[in-house]
Parts: sequence; C-alpha cells; structure tokens
Amino acid sequence: MIKYIIKRILYAIPILIGVNILTFTLFFVVNSPDEIARLHLGNKRVTQEQIISWNEERGYNNPLFYNNSEIGLKVFKKTIFYEKSFKLFLFDFGLSDSGRDIKYDIKQRMWPSLAIALPSLFVGLFINITFALFFVFFRFTYVDYFGVILCVALMSVSSLFYIIGGQYLISKLLHLVPISGYTQGLDAIKFLILPTIISVIYSIGSGTRWYRSLFLEEIEKDYVKTARSKGLSEVTVLFHHVFRNALIPILTGVVVILPLLFLGSLIVESFFGIPGLGSYTIDAIQSQDFAIVRAMVFLGSILYIFGLILTDISYTLVDPRVSLK
Amino acid sequence: MLKLFKYAFIVLFLLLEGCADKPLNSPYSSLKNKNVFYSSFQERPKHLDPARSYSSNEYAFIAQIYEPLFQYHYLEKPYKLIPLTAERMPVVKYLDKNFVETNKSNNISYTKYIVNIKKGIMYQDHPAFYKKNGQFIYHNLSKNQLKKINSLKDFTHESTRELIAKDYVYQIKRLSDKKNHSPIAGVMQEYIYGFSEYRKKLTDYKDNNYKNNQNYIIDNDIAGIKVINRYSFSIILKKQYPQFIYWLAMPFFSPMPWEADIFYGQEPLKEKNITLNWYPVGTGPFKLTENNPNLRMVLEKNKNFRGEVYPSLLDKINNGKLISKNKDLVVPFIEKAIYSLEKEQIPRWNKFLQGYYDNSGIASDNYDQAVSLDKSGDISLTEDLKDKGIHLATATAASTYYIGFNMLDSVIGGSNDRARLLRQALTIAIDYDEYISIFANGRGILAQSPIPPGIFGYQDGTKEYNHTVFQNKNNLVIKKSIKEAKILLKKAGYKDGIDERTGKPLILYFEATGSGADTYAFLNWLRKQFKKINIQLVTRVTDYNRFQEKMINGTGQIFQWGWNADYPDPENFLFLLYSKNGKVKFGGENASNYSNYEFDKLFLKMKNMENSDNRENIIKEMLKIIQYDCPWIWGFHPKSFSLSHEWFENVESNLMANNTLKYNKINDNIRSEKIKIWNKANFTLMYILLVLLVSFIISVLVMIKKKDEEKVL
Repeated sequence: MIKYIIKRILYAIPILIGVNILTFTLFFVVNSPDEIARLHLGNKRVTQEQIISWNEERGYNNPLFYNNSEIGLKVFKKTIFYEKSFKLFLFDFGLSDSGRDIKYDIKQRMWPSLAIALPSLFVGLFINITFALFFVFFRFTYVDYFGVILCVALMSVSSLFYIIGGQYLISKLLHLVPISGYTQGLDAIKFLILPTIISVIYSIGSGTRWYRSLFLEEIEKDYVKTARSKGLSEVTVLFHHVFRNALIPILTGVVVILPLLFLGSLIVESFFGIPGLGSYTIDAIQSQDFAIVRAMVFLGSILYIFGLILTDISYTLVDPRVSLK
Repeated sequence: MLKLFKYAFIVLFLLLEGCADKPLNSPYSSLKNKNVFYSSFQERPKHLDPARSYSSNEYAFIAQIYEPLFQYHYLEKPYKLIPLTAERMPVVKYLDKNFVETNKSNNISYTKYIVNIKKGIMYQDHPAFYKKNGQFIYHNLSKNQLKKINSLKDFTHESTRELIAKDYVYQIKRLSDKKNHSPIAGVMQEYIYGFSEYRKKLTDYKDNNYKNNQNYIIDNDIAGIKVINRYSFSIILKKQYPQFIYWLAMPFFSPMPWEADIFYGQEPLKEKNITLNWYPVGTGPFKLTENNPNLRMVLEKNKNFRGEVYPSLLDKINNGKLISKNKDLVVPFIEKAIYSLEKEQIPRWNKFLQGYYDNSGIASDNYDQAVSLDKSGDISLTEDLKDKGIHLATATAASTYYIGFNMLDSVIGGSNDRARLLRQALTIAIDYDEYISIFANGRGILAQSPIPPGIFGYQDGTKEYNHTVFQNKNNLVIKKSIKEAKILLKKAGYKDGIDERTGKPLILYFEATGSGADTYAFLNWLRKQFKKINIQLVTRVTDYNRFQEKMINGTGQIFQWGWNADYPDPENFLFLLYSKNGKVKFGGENASNYSNYEFDKLFLKMKNMENSDNRENIIKEMLKIIQYDCPWIWGFHPKSFSLSHEWFENVESNLMANNTLKYNKINDNIRSEKIKIWNKANFTLMYILLVLLVSFIISVLVMIKKKDEEKVL
C-alpha cells in the first residue's frame, strides 16, 4: 500500500505543476504586474514611479519565466514564476500583495471554515441518509414519488434563496439567531446555527436523491433477495444488509470531500460574515490579490489530490476485496 | 453516557446564561457595556499607515487615532480649519530667493510655515515606547521572543511619551520613502523644498542594500523642514501654495514616533503580520485594540488623550488661536466603538433596523423602504422608520461625477470648431436630471461645472449657470432643447447624425467598466440619450484594469469618471482640467487630456490666491472657458444620505471631517430598551415545526410497522 501511495504522490506532482502553470498564465496574461500595482495603489494620484517601486518591492519587475540578464540557474530563479509560483511547492506562500503573511492568515481562517463545514456535513449526512432510507422503504409508492419531486424542487432553488429566506424568517421575523457575524469560543454556536441549517436544507435535495439511488441499486441485489426469502422483515433487510453494504460508496464520497472542508464555502461565509477561507478567497478575487488566489488554488489542488488518495485507502479499509497495488 | 449528558447540560447552560441580558438574535456577546458605538464596515481597510491611507474606509479608522496639526470645525459651514494638535494656526512667511523674509509679491520665491504644537500631548500606550534600564526592550526582537506573541495585545509592557515637533517632521520624511508608497509623494515633491532631493538620497541609500530606511530618516533631514525646538518646526515650500494648509489637516501629516517605525520595521514582527499598516500608534481620542478586519475592528478610548472641548458655532479664531465657547473637556463621549465586517447589504440593513448598528447608509435596494417623497415633493423618511425614531441626515458631497471626452481623440477631441460643436450638442442631449432620478434615486445635484456645492466658486444654476447647456427664459434657467442640440450637430457637420464628409453615420464609443445589471441599464440609457440626436453609441465594456490602460494610453473616446475632494478648495477640482495634469502626457488626473492656454494661465493665477472677489472672477472666467469647450458633460454632485437611531446623538453632516467619532454620543437606556422591544423572540413557528415533526415521526413509524406487518403476512 505504501508503494501505491508513493506512486500516487508522484503522479500528483505533474498535476500540481500543470495547475500552477495554468493559474500563473491566466493571471499574468490577463493582468500585467503594472495593472495589479495600480489596483493596489488606489485610484488617486498614482504615478508611474510608484508603480515601478511597488513592482520592484514584490519582484514583479522580473521577467515571467526566463531571465536573460542572469547567468546559471538564476535565469530561471530570478523570474516571477519561480518566485511566486514555484515556491508554493515548498509551502512557502509568501506575502499577499497587500503585504500580509498568507500562511499565517490561512492558519487563522481555516477554523471558522471548519466550524461551519463539519456540522453541515455530518448533520446533512444523517438527514439525507434518513430520508433516502425512508423513500427506499416506501419505494415506488406515492410517498416515494412525492419525495423525489420534493427533492428535485429543493435542488432547483438557488442557494441564495435559502440564505436570504433563512435570514429573513429565522433572524428578522422570529428573532431567534443573529443574521450574520462570528466570534470565537462557545459564543460562536449562535452564529453557526443558521448557516448550518441552511447548508443542510440546501443539500437535502441532491443528497437524498444520491443516497436513494445508492440504496435502490443495492436493494435489487441477490443477497437482499436471499435475506428476504429467509423471512427477515423489511426494516431488518434495509438497516442490517442494504445500509451496511451501501456504506462503501457513502464513506468514500465523504472521505474525498473531507480535506476540502478546510477551504470553506464561498457564498455562505460571505453572506453570514464568517471569516473563513471561503470569504478569504472571494475577497482576494475581488481585490485581485493574486498571491492569495494562487496560494488558495494550489492548496485546493493539493487537498483534492489528498482526498482522492484518502478515498482509495478508505476503500481498502471498508471492503476487504479491494487491495491497492 | 452520563458524561455526555453532563457536557451537553453545561453547553446549554452557558448558552442560556450568555443570552440572559440580551435578545437571542443579538450578534454581540453582551449589551451591558455602556457607551459603546456599534457600526459596520463593508470592505476591509487595506492600509492603516497614515503615509499611505487615502480612502474613506481607511480614514474612518485612522482619523480617530492619528492627529494631524489641524482639523475641520465639526459644525461650521463652509468648512473651516481650526488647530488640533497645533497651538494655533500656522504663521506664514514669504521668502525671497535668498530665503530672506519679504512682503513684495514680486520677490516671493518661497513660503515658510511655522507651526507650534501643544505641550503635554501624550501618545497611546504602546510596547514601542517601553524602556527598561533606559533601553527599548522591544526594538530588537528575535523569533524566539515572539513565540507566544500573535498580536500587539500579547506584549506585557507598554509605555507612552509626549508628542514633539520631531514626530511630525519624521512623518513628512516617511512620505518621501518609496517603500511607503505614499500617494502624495508626487505632490509634495512639487512643493516642499528639498523633498525630491531627500527622496532620491533615501532611494540611493536603500539601493545600497541597507535594509532599514528608518536609520537614514532619523539621521538626515529634508532641507526645507527644520525642527525649531521641542514644540515647533518649519516647512519651506518652493512656491506659494495656500492650499498646503489643507494637506496639513489630512492624516498624511500625522505625527509618527520614530520608536514605532523602528519597532514595526523588525522582520520577525512582519512575519506575524504585526506592522504599522495594521496597528496604528497615535495621540487621538481612540486607539485600535482589536484589528481583525476579516471580522471586527474595535476602537477604545485612549486613556492618555488630553480631552477636547465639544465645538460650538460661537467658537472663534483669535490671533490664530482657537477660542472655544464651551469650556469643559468632554470629548470623546464614547468609550468603545465596535465595527463589524458586513459585506452583504441585506444583513447590514436588517441589523440596523434591529438596532444592532447605530447608524447606516441607504443602499439603492433599501431606498424605497427608507425614504419617500412627501406631499410637497420633499424627501423624508418612511412612516416605518419614523416610528422607529430613526433620523435622516443629508449632505451634498464635495464630489463630482462626469462623462469625459478624450480631447486627444480625432473625432470628439481637439479645440477645432467641429469637435467642440459636437461636444456641445452631446452635453445638451444628455439629460443628467433623468440620470439622477433613475440611477441615484434622486440623490444628486445637477452640475454646472466641476466645482461642487460648498466649495468657493460653485455655480448653483440660478444666477450663475452654464450658458452652453442652459438658457434663461422668463427668469427661469432651463435646459436647452434637443432641437438646439441638433442645430449644433448640423453646424458641426453631422446633420441627423450623418458625417457630411463621408456620408456615413457618426459612431461614437463609450468605455465602460462593470458587468452588473446596473451597468447594462446605464449603458442602455446612455445609448438612448445619444440616439436623441441620432448618434450611434457603441459601448465597450471591459474590466477596470483595461479601462485604466485605455485612459493612460489615451485610446478611449468617451468615459465616465468622478473625483472626491481632498480639500474644500476650487483648485482641487479645476486642476482636473489643467494641461500639465494630462493623463497621457504627464500621468496626472486630467483624464480628458484637456489643454487650453487661457485656462492654464488663469489656473496658475487662481491657485495661489486666497478666496476673494478677484479669485471668484477668475474662477468665473475659467468656468466660462471650460463650459464653452465642453471637455466634460457636467454630470452631478452626489448627495449623501445617512440614517441614525434616536439614541445616537450629536450627528452632524460634515463630509470633510473624518475624525468625528469623538463628538458622537450614545444614549444606552433608549438603545437597550428599544432593542429588547424590537427583537423579542417568537417561538410560535418552532412549536408548530416541533408538533409537525413529532407527528411526522409517529406516522412514519406507524406506516413502517404496518407495511412490515403486511409483508410478513
């Protein structure tokens, strides 16, 4: 298995380089360093001298990929690509264009992201599986049909509707929780209730349908028929046999997104004023802080690859028939 | 299992205990604290270093912390400067080319400002000032020493010291440091004697691989700036520049203790994001105690603040000294100000209505909810808001928004008759009154020229008006008709929008930024305005970076832009059309690249004058020239509407002053009472949901049991 993991990590390197080059090219082809400087220096009384000095300070005055004026390895090292993108491989995220240490900010902001993402994931998982089992139990009856229609309807509504509607109903009309905000410690719970409820409700439609289809696929298998023919009740068949066997795709589906939970949710964090990594990325995009965007895209890629490796490993743990080679 | 119950109980108890003194939807941990001001900010401030900050969202914080020499009187209009940390208004002397004092206006080569500061002003407590056995213990920190330090609060020792003249001089030297990227370095280079030479030497010093510029700044002086004694200093300007005093009232000219600059210059602190850009050190009424711009910024009363008298309209300046009518040192009234980051407008507005923010602006989405027109057509608050005791304050901003023509363009630009007539026709055709009503909810005043209301030389459109666009009919100033615009267009050689030279329709191009619904609505409206005189307008929507590039290279044709005043003087608006500020040639703020010899001559004459009849006449002449030439379509001056709750007192509209938090007052009793009434929790829906849920679960269980039994049978 260790051999397999090493192989997967080695496969990840060209993917990460590709992601890195793509992000770098996108940003620097679309926006020249002068434009980035102008944006950061403001609109009023910006002189060319200030732009040059800003670029020099951040190393944006170097060539993009190849430095003719240097010799030896420095022809590659004294370039924007090496300074800004290659160093990401060493987890050196450097400073943001506004001068803050990115690594420090990421460490601070991943916790609020997790504070929403984890409860949303696990509560959502519990509710979605419960509903899916319920619909499967009443499969091909009016209860099931009605459930599927409801799920499709829930899926069709924009997440913004749930957010604004939730804030209006729960916070503005009923005055039960704050509309937005965040704080540290136990007090944070009151700020997390509403975004968690909304995230869960938003995921019910797609989640329930997904798990329903997994259970339906499983319920048609031979071992289920055997169980039924032995006289077991439908509840026992569903919970003891179908549910346990359907756990493999459920588990792997959850494991793959676990690392990504650190990155937070772009919209929910923004609307609820939660200072997580989702709003960090959105802010960076809006203020065109490419140093942060680059770091976040790179981190996202790494976490995604890490999630995939974890999924492979989890397969072997839950299904003895699978072995990694 | 028992343990689990125990922990659940503790959590529940803590939650209930926390909620005991406040409504469930309160975003604050406690509302018991007295004299706390609650507000929000939309965008995190990028820079809190006074050498660099230049936007209103940054001034909202640093103006409460840093104190420049002068400030705007809170109540007086037109805006008036009074001493802040200065003992009195500066003594201004004129010098000849040998730096000898002279009164002959022909001999004046330099202007000297002598400033005295008040004694006994103390800085806020800060670790940078702390000394042990005569040594600054936090000026040479290692990574090891900073292991447990993540913010300024984590330093165990703090101290203070008196404000001295040297601190102001130090800050002016900082403005010249390239690494501080001060936006006004270019302007100061033009005026302060020795500033550019100093800047060059400082850059050379840095280029020679000396990492810390602070040492150079401490040891070397700008030729034109001299510390006279502990409490006074002088600045020599290369020419006459009466507007310089306004700069001295801006945060750029706040004092900077060298200790702070050295302290924040340490690399290990920068790695912890503890920088001057993030943690200000000032002498003002407040200090920043929490800086988490991703969540919250907290200002607390600076206990070392000397106190200030609440202003009165009866205050006088006598021999340069402020004579206050009120005598008691009462300011600031507020103990603490909590600003929460609120990026989205919906939660921001709702929290204001719930009483959790003491003041608010009015976003266009909430306009109808907040403001209505009364029977006489005047703007007033809606009944709902009046019932809540909310107050509305309006003021016209010292700003101007306009549509500019690129005067370098071969079709629309230049000083030839053909292009000018075309511009004049367009200026008449575009109905900015309609624009204000559709896109600004009526919050604006039609502009006659670049100069906004409240600024010397403003034309209000009654006695003085733009003769190119308006006419006087039966003692009423009204806009010229589209017919007249068409006549001008015909004269220009574009009869019915057809270029007589080529026989092809005239097509003009508008450079636009933005991509929202508002942008497209505006562009549609603009196309219709051009269509009124049969001109086709092609809109080229691009991102702001591309737009800037077009402006810098002069490749755009027509564009929309605006300007907020730095200071209340006509020079700060008319310089936008001075040829030496042309964007393409000189990288200045004259985005139209307008150039007119007569205008330039009058501008140079006017800019160094004090306000007088003579100056007013020159301004009138200048306005006549530009109104005739039409480098801009004179747009509008926006009106600012702000709302505040009845418990938020001493709110005055002063759009030039930024340090106004110290004057505001909170009535805690009214606030807590209202918040409780407005935010009573309503559990009805929860009970209904609970009943529904229980019935649902029971019926599901029954159904499952029934179905299971059916199968077994």
